[in-house]
Amino acid sequence: MNKVKQPKKTATIKRLFLLLLRDNPVLLSISAVCIIFAAVVSSIPAVFIQKVLAVISACLESGSHDFASAWQTIAPVLTKLVLLYMLSIGSIAVHSQLMAVITQRFLCDTRDKMFNGMQNLPIRYFDRHKHGDIMSYYTNDIDAIRELISTALPQLLQSSVIVLTVVSIMIYYSVPMTLIVLLGVTAMVFVSKKVGGGSAKYFIRQQQSMGKTEGYIQEMMNGQKVIKVFTHEKKAQEGFDTVNEALFHDSFRAHAYANTLGPIIMNIGNVLYVVCATVGGLYLLSGLPNISLSGLVFSIDILVPFLNMTKQFTGNINMVSQQINAIVMGLAGANRIFALMDEKPETDEGYVTLVDATFDEDGACHEADTHTGHWAWKHPHADGHITYTPLAGDVTLDGVDFGYDEDKPVLHDISVYAKPGQKVAFVGATGAGKTTITNLINRFYDIADGKIRYDGININKIKKSDLRRSLGIVLQDTNLFTGTVLENIRYGNLSATDKQCRQAAALAGADDFISRLPDGYHTVLSGNGANLSQGQRQLLAIARTAVADPPVMILDEATSSIDTCTEAIVQRGMDQLMKGRTVFVIAHRLSTVKNADVIMVLDHGRIIERGSHKELISQKGTYYQLYTGAFELE
Amino acid sequence: MIKQFSRCIREYKRPTILTLLFIFFEAVIEALIPFITARLVNGIQAGYSLSFVVKTGLILTAMACVSLCFGGLAGYTSAKASAGFAKNVRHDLFSKVQTFSFENIDRFSVSSLVTRMTTDVTNVQMSYMMIIRTAVRAPLMMLFCIVMAYIMGGALATSFVVVVPLLGFGLWLIGRKAMPAFRRVFRKYDRLNESIEENVRAMRVVKGFSREDYEKKKFSTAAEDIRRDFTKAERIVALNSPLMQICLYFNLVFVLAVGSKLVIANGSVNVGEISAMLTYGFQILANLMMISMIYVILTISAESIQRIHEVLSETPTLSNPEKTVKNIKNGQIDFDHVTFDYGKMTEKHALSNIDLHIESGMTVGILGSTGSGKTSLVQLIARLYDVTEGSVKVGGIDVREYDLNTLRNGVAMVLQKNELFSGTIKENLLWGNENATDEDIKKACRIAKADEFISRFPDGYDTHIEQGGTNVSGGQKQRLCIARALLKQPKVLIMDDSTSAVDTKTDALIRKGMAEDVPETTKLIIAQRVTSVMEADLILVIDNGVIAQVGQHKDLIAVDGLYKNMYEQQTKAGEDDE
Repeated sequence: MNKVKQPKKTATIKRLFLLLLRDNPVLLSISAVCIIFAAVVSSIPAVFIQKVLAVISACLESGSHDFASAWQTIAPVLTKLVLLYMLSIGSIAVHSQLMAVITQRFLCDTRDKMFNGMQNLPIRYFDRHKHGDIMSYYTNDIDAIRELISTALPQLLQSSVIVLTVVSIMIYYSVPMTLIVLLGVTAMVFVSKKVGGGSAKYFIRQQQSMGKTEGYIQEMMNGQKVIKVFTHEKKAQEGFDTVNEALFHDSFRAHAYANTLGPIIMNIGNVLYVVCATVGGLYLLSGLPNISLSGLVFSIDILVPFLNMTKQFTGNINMVSQQINAIVMGLAGANRIFALMDEKPETDEGYVTLVDATFDEDGACHEADTHTGHWAWKHPHADGHITYTPLAGDVTLDGVDFGYDEDKPVLHDISVYAKPGQKVAFVGATGAGKTTITNLINRFYDIADGKIRYDGININKIKKSDLRRSLGIVLQDTNLFTGTVLENIRYGNLSATDKQCRQAAALAGADDFISRLPDGYHTVLSGNGANLSQGQRQLLAIARTAVADPPVMILDEATSSIDTCTEAIVQRGMDQLMKGRTVFVIAHRLSTVKNADVIMVLDHGRIIERGSHKELISQKGTYYQLYTGAFELE
Repeated sequence: MIKQFSRCIREYKRPTILTLLFIFFEAVIEALIPFITARLVNGIQAGYSLSFVVKTGLILTAMACVSLCFGGLAGYTSAKASAGFAKNVRHDLFSKVQTFSFENIDRFSVSSLVTRMTTDVTNVQMSYMMIIRTAVRAPLMMLFCIVMAYIMGGALATSFVVVVPLLGFGLWLIGRKAMPAFRRVFRKYDRLNESIEENVRAMRVVKGFSREDYEKKKFSTAAEDIRRDFTKAERIVALNSPLMQICLYFNLVFVLAVGSKLVIANGSVNVGEISAMLTYGFQILANLMMISMIYVILTISAESIQRIHEVLSETPTLSNPEKTVKNIKNGQIDFDHVTFDYGKMTEKHALSNIDLHIESGMTVGILGSTGSGKTSLVQLIARLYDVTEGSVKVGGIDVREYDLNTLRNGVAMVLQKNELFSGTIKENLLWGNENATDEDIKKACRIAKADEFISRFPDGYDTHIEQGGTNVSGGQKQRLCIARALLKQPKVLIMDDSTSAVDTKTDALIRKGMAEDVPETTKLIIAQRVTSVMEADLILVIDNGVIAQVGQHKDLIAVDGLYKNMYEQQTKAGEDDE
């Protein structure tokens, strides 16, 4: 579970409400008015029933069986009632439709905001949060909010209004009787708090157990093949049964509380009804004077609607009590979502941008309106003048220090000079810091000390998106997207034509296997290219970067799962593509880096050797040992 | 399908039946309460004695208490029954997956299995609870209320004749419209969530290509699409409440109008009965609404039920033979005219007509380009898949005759895509052999060259491994996986590109260690680097599903062929320097 500070409930409610209101000020107001109107109308039949009953009683008392004359009094009352009802039905229709629209609009908007915010979060955020936890914002928490907005909140408003109206009417009829009802209500609220609170507690626990179970299933399903190979099925099942049992325990408790709340409240209501009837009857028999706003004498015509109102009262309190879980879980969900939205986005103070460029005869660089195939860094200076630097791909690192945690440095005093056209390789044991260096060049992380320059410009001054656009990276772990092979390649350059994509694939040595796929370039990949081998995925990732045609390319173990024959093809292609451009290569396989212009040997975050393959071999240092290590056994 | 699910009830049959029983009694009492209250109201109105009011009041209170008991009990048992049912469904799903062969596993994606065991089961749990709580109650209450209404109200009850079918038909119509709409929405919703997951996983790619805005646009189109469909579906369902109100109000007005006529004109009805009729009217409609809710919930969970069913009814493609061999003699391996396909559709065989004999204790190197069939070949030895034609023998006996556990304990595989599990390093290693002593573990780690880096961790062998092994490097992970496999003390050890992230020197040391410390184990090593297999007793070069070359380094290097090409390619630059 994420550590989320628990802000005050009222603050969450306020924020949620303000968001709702800001998105749909008009619809929400109309909807609220309709809910209130319908609620008021649904609580006043008591008044009309009382009026009709009064007429009937009068007839009974006088012994008259003349319905026609009674009807003359009854008919207008009923007509009014029918009119009110029609209006009420209309407003119910309106608000239930509106709430559907408002809820979905709000959810769509919230999803959008979450996703947009997430795109702007720094890589660090994704290092620190499990994917499953991030996903649950979009599934569990959004669902909880949906329940809250579409059902719980309108229900809460409606029931409160009804309760208030009913109490007013009750006071209108008889104050002593109202007091009795309120006494019963106090008992109900007390029980709701107790039982409802227990239910909410276990619902939250159930949510946590569910998270644990989900995590366990995720892990075991991912490792299912390993489980098979190690015949570990029984053990896996035992572990599962433990988390499953805990989930059962919490789920059972949560629902048991929730399920018993209803009968308890309804039956307190029944008892309250009896008490009202008895006391009312006594009251009636006793002939004590009535205290009321209306000044009506307490009679059976008042007692009957009063008893009906008691029922209505109970019903509404029951309705609210059924929503307690939804409210608690909805607010918890809203809290988590707000926390995600409040995460600090990746900062970007870069102001140097990448623009299309043209060059005049004397080599000076100008900004162009159209795509020219040439690029330049547009660098506005403090005094207002703008300089243009042609994009070349010259990358220097100067005395760079870095640590993922401030107190745990990973890189020490790294200096690298990569000229356009050079191939720079990083070699070293796992954990030596090779990948970290490349993550600094594209500013996935910011350095602690030192300077990194791109074409002589400090990369902190370059707009991040433009910096990254000028760097092509093929990562160690390949991630493909659901879509066709062609779409996946085009991800590198959205304006690439089909032909360009195919050419890139050919350069990457991927054309051969793609054309053997059932639908060739239009084969749909899903589940991160589950139907491809790791090597094929890597080839596609290379093609994707190749189509971007970047001036600087970083290959991080990009060919680790590709056999050496294919790798040779890829390398030939890449050399052709990257002629005159800068390439950074990270590889275990020394054959991959042998032809680099300069090889950096890293050890525990320091560059301990640098030079060409030849130079390093003749130095007989670490590189020499690494290189010859493989031949030692001969 | 129903049988499959009803089997999952098991020990929760008792709470299920009790729930039905409790609910039955609760419903009966609840239906009687308005009847008694009507008498009370009439009594009061007729000016009956105090003793009558108190007596009836006491009866009512007693009924409320009984109803509370039954209601509470039903709430408790139904929660237990449904949570227990869900537990059993999850258990069955998980244990079903444990019986899956690789082929079965390939058929379901991990995320889809997770959804099936969580969200889908929760849906089923809710439906189950809903059904046992209302399936008896709602129809019973309705029937009861209608009968009571007729007994009490006579002509007044005709209102229900109009209202009930009207509401029923309306609800049915809404449900029929809403069902497909919801089904469509939920499918889209699933897809949206899948694409979010994909985005989160590929965040470095997204940022690397600065595709944040592209992703945002893509997402917002999909989210907007969901919004539109979801709104449509919810608006259909939202028609329920005005419909319900129309019926409720119609009933009220009808009872008042006709009731007053009946009271005044013929005196056949009294005031108490009018009030009871109003209560019954409300209850009948509320229960009808409930039935329609069941219908909607079942509709929504129909998809879930279907998806759970798919897993439960999947038949494992591999099973233990009836008479099993429980002992592997030695690590000798034979392939006899083996042909293998993953699916029946493919034109090209993954492996075709492989003949091979490997002596026990040999070290065999396997080379070949990406997708040539190396992995397929070794997977057949541990019977992760069954051959399509021919046979694979270990220790002279067909792998299909062994007990699967015996075979897989004897044939250890270090998979290409390997996993560590959350827990300590030691716990992970014990997967290989749960009875291994600390000394055994250390020894295996020494051979796998993992000992050194483990001892450098502050907690040593008790260092906690994160889910998916994310806190160790790729090379460390591979070495731990090798140690884990070695702990099995297998007759055959298969390493499928298991040292790709390990540096060459360590790689060589691991091979040397294995040659010295486990000489009697047959070792099959799939590798990319020629140097990794050069000194093997036998080298196989696989190409397009057939063995292209076989022999020792000195033989293979002497002839033109794939091996010689590979060797030269990988060492060429080095020779240039000399």
